[in-house]
Amino acid sequence: MGAQIRVYRQKIASTSSMKKIFKAMELIATSRIGKARSRARAALPYAEAITRAVSAVASQNDIDHVLTTKVDNPTRAAVLILTSDRGLAGAYSTNVLKQGEALTKRLREDGKEVRPYLYGRKAQAFYDFREREYDQVWTGNTDAPEVERAQEIGRTLVDRFLQPTEEGGVDELYLVYTEFQSMVKQEPVARRLLPLAFVESDAEHEPNPLYDFEPNAEEVLDALLPRYIESKIFAAMLEASASELAARQRAMKSAADNADDLIKKYTLLRNNARQAEITQELSELIAGADALAAS
Amino acid sequence: MAELDVQVVASDHAVWSGAAKSVRGRTVEGDMGILPGHTPVLSLLAEGELLIDPVEGAPVKAKVNGGFFSVDSDRVTIVADDAELIED
Repeated sequence: MGAQIRVYRQKIASTSSMKKIFKAMELIATSRIGKARSRARAALPYAEAITRAVSAVASQNDIDHVLTTKVDNPTRAAVLILTSDRGLAGAYSTNVLKQGEALTKRLREDGKEVRPYLYGRKAQAFYDFREREYDQVWTGNTDAPEVERAQEIGRTLVDRFLQPTEEGGVDELYLVYTEFQSMVKQEPVARRLLPLAFVESDAEHEPNPLYDFEPNAEEVLDALLPRYIESKIFAAMLEASASELAARQRAMKSAADNADDLIKKYTLLRNNARQAEITQELSELIAGADALAAS
Repeated sequence: MAELDVQVVASDHAVWSGAAKSVRGRTVEGDMGILPGHTPVLSLLAEGELLIDPVEGAPVKAKVNGGFFSVDSDRVTIVADDAELIED
């Protein structure tokens, strides 16, 4: 009987120490979401300015630039998947990877070869475990991404895109990441980055002015487009990091709540066991006394 | 007199924004000065200094490292890879 109480006591102790950890991780995630979101906001003016410039150039110019022209028969596509380094974030990484799988399947059905590029240790583990090939992986700091990393990824992918298809270059570039819609809703999405698809400017927008280019349109586009891709990737990384933290916060909150429930359950069982032990001891004593009195 | 609406942004933060009388920057082809009413232009920036003369207050100087700048109907956007203000 005493053994049972001890088991429950141990369970309560370990559950409460786990609860403390969950609680701490929840608080850390909560405090970091704000920072991640303000970083995403801070990067917004750059992304907007660059998008405006790129669409202005592309909409009024008939120059054929390699980054904007569609290959007639695309045969190879690069897919960049943004996941997290660490788990303990519920289904965050799983959802992105699922989205990536769906996109891969779709591209394969269209007869394209898919070259995966991974970001985050979770994606790497996913691919390694299934013994699948991937072209490159970047890990570290997925919850606080740096511009340099985005530039590195952007450069790698643009270089790959600029290679001729026969030499192993890709014709298309897709980005799979988690969009931060609100604190309670994050949606994995797949977007095509290259070739660029421009939305014709809306009627309500004033028409884009005719720009002069210095030194010339070709060179301006050469410099502009890789930056555009980098800024898109960086924006996606920042959003993914905010999503990761929000997912972690939620996962840790429900883990702490579950721990609470367990502690309550075990406490009840422990008290039951203790009461049963006392009752048994009492009835043994009484039975013993009765037996002595009778003799 | 017309004013320029100037915005200076680096890849991860906004550096400076406000109204200005003139902006001078270094492009790959040499220095370029912008006054209100300038024709729309999109130009590559070279490494160098950016000088903004705001409507109010002292001139603002910034160190810019690559990027581009666009002018369109008195709106000047300087998009730099890396930029920081210089205090003097």
